[in-house]
Amino acid sequence: MNTPISWIKAYVPDLDVSAQEFTDKITLSGSHVEGYVKLDKNLEKIVVGKILKIEKHPDADKLIICQVDVGAETPIQIVTGAPNVKEGDLVPTVLDGGKVAGGHDGGPLPEDGIKIKKGKLRGVESFGMMCAIEELGSSRDFYPEAPENGIYVFPAESGVKPGDDAVKALGLDDVVVEYEITSNRVDCFSIIGMAREAAATFDKPFYPPQVEVKEESEEKTSDYISVEVQDSELCPRYCARVVKNIKLGPSPEWMRKRLASQGIRSINNLVDITNYVMEEYGQPMHAYDLSTVAGNKIVVKRAADGDVFTTLDGQERKLDRDVLMICDGEKEIGIAGIMGGENSMVTDTISTLLFEAACFDGTNIRLSSKRIGLRTDASAKFEKGLDPNLALEAINRACQLIEEMGCGEVLKGVVDVYPNPVMPKELPFEPEKMNSLLGTDIESEKMLYYFKNLGLEYNKEKNTLTIPTFRQDLNCMADLAEEVARFYGYDNIPTTLPKNTSTIGGKPYDKQIEDIVMGICEENGFSQGMCYSFESPKVFDKLLIPEASEYRNAIEISNPLGEDFSIMRTISLNGLLTSLATNFNRRNKNVRLYELGNVYIPKALPLTELPDEKMKLTLGMYGMDATHTKTPRVGVAAGPLPSVGGINKGDFFTLKGVVEEICYKLGFGKDCVYEPVQSHPFLHPGRQADIKKGNISVGVIGQLHPEAAENYDIKSEVYVAVLNMDALVMLSDFDIKYQGIAKYPGSTRDLSLVCDKSIFVGQIEAVIKKCGGKLLESYSLFDVYEGEQIEAGKKSVAYTMTFRAADRTLSDEEVNKVIDKILKELSKLGVEIRA
Amino acid sequence: MSIEAKLQEIKSGILKKIEEADNVNVINDIKVSVLGKKGELTQVLKSMKDLPPEERPVVGQMVNSVRAALEEKIAEKTKQISKLMLAEKMKRETIDVTLPGVRKMTGHRHPNQIALQDLERVFIGMGYEVVEGPEIEYDRYNFELLNIPANHPAKDEQDTFYITNDILLRTQTSSVQARIMEKGQLPIKVISPGRVFRSDEVDATHSPSFHQVEGLVVDKGITMADLKGTLDQFAKTFFGNNTKTKFRPHHFPFTEPSAEVDISCFKCGGKGCRFCKGSGWIEILGCGMVHPKVLSDCGIDPEVYSGFAFGIGLERVALLKYEIDDMRLLYENDIRFLQQF
Repeated sequence: MNTPISWIKAYVPDLDVSAQEFTDKITLSGSHVEGYVKLDKNLEKIVVGKILKIEKHPDADKLIICQVDVGAETPIQIVTGAPNVKEGDLVPTVLDGGKVAGGHDGGPLPEDGIKIKKGKLRGVESFGMMCAIEELGSSRDFYPEAPENGIYVFPAESGVKPGDDAVKALGLDDVVVEYEITSNRVDCFSIIGMAREAAATFDKPFYPPQVEVKEESEEKTSDYISVEVQDSELCPRYCARVVKNIKLGPSPEWMRKRLASQGIRSINNLVDITNYVMEEYGQPMHAYDLSTVAGNKIVVKRAADGDVFTTLDGQERKLDRDVLMICDGEKEIGIAGIMGGENSMVTDTISTLLFEAACFDGTNIRLSSKRIGLRTDASAKFEKGLDPNLALEAINRACQLIEEMGCGEVLKGVVDVYPNPVMPKELPFEPEKMNSLLGTDIESEKMLYYFKNLGLEYNKEKNTLTIPTFRQDLNCMADLAEEVARFYGYDNIPTTLPKNTSTIGGKPYDKQIEDIVMGICEENGFSQGMCYSFESPKVFDKLLIPEASEYRNAIEISNPLGEDFSIMRTISLNGLLTSLATNFNRRNKNVRLYELGNVYIPKALPLTELPDEKMKLTLGMYGMDATHTKTPRVGVAAGPLPSVGGINKGDFFTLKGVVEEICYKLGFGKDCVYEPVQSHPFLHPGRQADIKKGNISVGVIGQLHPEAAENYDIKSEVYVAVLNMDALVMLSDFDIKYQGIAKYPGSTRDLSLVCDKSIFVGQIEAVIKKCGGKLLESYSLFDVYEGEQIEAGKKSVAYTMTFRAADRTLSDEEVNKVIDKILKELSKLGVEIRA
Repeated sequence: MSIEAKLQEIKSGILKKIEEADNVNVINDIKVSVLGKKGELTQVLKSMKDLPPEERPVVGQMVNSVRAALEEKIAEKTKQISKLMLAEKMKRETIDVTLPGVRKMTGHRHPNQIALQDLERVFIGMGYEVVEGPEIEYDRYNFELLNIPANHPAKDEQDTFYITNDILLRTQTSSVQARIMEKGQLPIKVISPGRVFRSDEVDATHSPSFHQVEGLVVDKGITMADLKGTLDQFAKTFFGNNTKTKFRPHHFPFTEPSAEVDISCFKCGGKGCRFCKGSGWIEILGCGMVHPKVLSDCGIDPEVYSGFAFGIGLERVALLKYEIDDMRLLYENDIRFLQQF
């Protein structure tokens, strides 16, 4: 919504503030100003000049030398190339040292304008410049009388004289303010509404237009037209008036200027009046050529499904039964509140006019205009839900302007179909309640004063306020309290803290676990990423997920931004892999990322209830082991990295180490098992494991399937893990009990074993753990070897084990007994001591 | 030569040698040569058997005193030499301390998460409990209970992603408000951070998925002044003690009165700069007193209880705080971006 301050001042004549003061204060009273444009920006020292004499330039065919009276004692000389001026013309003239807004080509305006200085053109002195409308920062759209290419010449009727302020004469001494009006304030989408706000804000009297139609014609509107509204829910009110002997012509300058300030081009007096009243009152109107209205009858009814109608822009529109139509005795002649029809359009030959000012159901207009795919200035106003009482006021205002501008004879009376008039509401005046809601101590008199300024009348006897119907947003005490607060000033409300509410703040347990997990990931070189919750269904193919997989039962968004954002993810990997790919593509080395985010698992499709939202911790990495230092170490050799099984560094086991760290820190790492599986199609079949504690699935870890890596264009081994946060939360256990530090020496044994390559160390360790019993304090794998020194198909595995008893020094025999037990059990697996 | 003279000669000779010694080996040799089994002093002691018995204690004393003097000197010299040697060793060991330190490669937290945690800390400190709600939500909680009935234009304005007619991707964390109030445990003092969705194409300032932090307080006697005080306190703790707040009237369907809050630009302190587009103020959040209809629809008597609510755009705060000029960076996860936080 835009308003020129000059138009506001037409109804609030005492308003006398600068543009900045205006915007600052009206923003704080609730009409948020987005910005304002000074129409005279960079226009300096520009006066009306009268061209007294024109001579040819001696040395340039295209230049002329003008003597211009600028109201000073002597005329000044100006050289120009403009083709359109003649002696006697009155033109805007910028004097030496002045400024204009832009070039004559109408291109983008430079921020600081263009400075004009005296100088010589082809040897002849020039002391200023005569201006085209574009140089004044405007255009022919707003000044249609300006020539297409040349100096603006004041029309004879403008009455200006040399030396007058040309900016003022052109009406450019104005400021257009742009507001962000909230959807509840329908009344503020009009000049009058904003003027009322301005008057209340600055505490100045408000003088709305005094609407009075003379109706000098003897004939009655009702003799010319009848109106039947078949659906009064969609059309609560319909007002019609008829104007005879239409005289089309240009509108007066003041009206053109005001329309121009709203960005509306002047067409002719009739169209201009309609537009003018729409801006002034916020009520759209429609004009029909009465000679095209069959049967002198207007019927307002729903369209039939499948109807096709040609709107006045020549487009065919498909209709349905929820679209409200304006019809005559025979046919459809307009889509209610959206656009009129080609068949009833006003043309230059019009002699009798039918004016319509109606109120249509806002929601219906909004939905219809969406379905038809046609949003107009009128529909934009209607869809906010207008006050039906506005219609009569507006149609009368339009007819008053018709009479004042002499463009027709207004017939007597209005045909007004308004079966259920909207009456002003009454709300109780409750100053104590308002004060206690606001935390203020504002006197009742002060509140009543604010209300009076807003047009709310106080009934002392009933202690009620009468709410004008244009304030549909005021319905309860809290609404009234806001009105009080706005004009009392939000700034003046004290600042306190809630007094009674004493509560203990904190985070829920699962969020605390997330914090711990984030910390561990970061300690281990993983940075946190953020990924979208929705993705493309193509993701499943990229991740090699088979057609029948459960993963493919994803929730679809019915109105997605496109296929790439069309399903809610059921697997968390894609986001992180896409990010790894971005990094890989940008040649970032050794990237480790983690993400905490939900996947969405439907209970049934299509959804009948909310799905399960499962929080996942996803880790992904490629590149070298990143536990090396950030900066290259100088002079100190880096120690060898633990290499197990000959897999690359930065590998499965590095990632597994992080997962183990998480499980241990959460207090359940000891009992976690890593079960070799082949059930995850997106992972390398020989390098994947389910992580479990008992029956609970903690997550999955593995190398991304090389084909999947290729699908993401990552030309490196990628390792990923997905952990179930709900399992981590459930399994977490911080109940730590101190164990005495050993007093007796331990006994350490190294055990070098040989077995088939296919045996997992996990199997061996399960035996060690089981047979080691209470005496086995700890064990650790220190070597895995396959190669020349050993039989083909076999590997050697070496452990260090520590045995200890809490109450004595263990004897060799005791330890040997345990070792024997372990070896005996291992031999069942085909694991033997290495010779 | 008398024994005494001889002892003196040995003493002065050896002392001189010790003095001249320049490493521990020489000292050891000297020690052996004078104090060892065949050493000069030992010889003198051995020769005592030739002396008359009455002289022996005297000579013995003399020998012991020379021995003590020599031992003392040797010890002193040994200490001196090892000190020198250590000094030399340390000189050789001199390193370039300006070389870079050995740091472990650690990961970095996402700027959005850092902003969230900072924000949570402020409100937890003020006694707020953190609660969460579902991201896929019923229309009822996202709209209806928040005074946004069917066909309300706000539903269009917010460009909602729908799954079915009544299940959608929540457009605001305000949905949690209704859930908490419906539970009916009063007083309520919560914040609820989370992911929300709106149908905006991805560009430098928009994302179809972003985060909000909702705040809600409901109790007897909660006033708009309390809302102002709370958010003023928040702004000062979060953005710095000199931060000023400005409350502008606004409209949200679920609060009345409603306000938008600007804070004084933390870049220029309110003088006006490129950052705040010259205004000196930066819009930071929306808030208001919980609409009585929302309270009663959620089963709370608005005649007895009142409350306030606010909603903060997390990305907005993070972008402002870290001066990030393109929202897309937040979802790209380029390690060179993440490493800066």
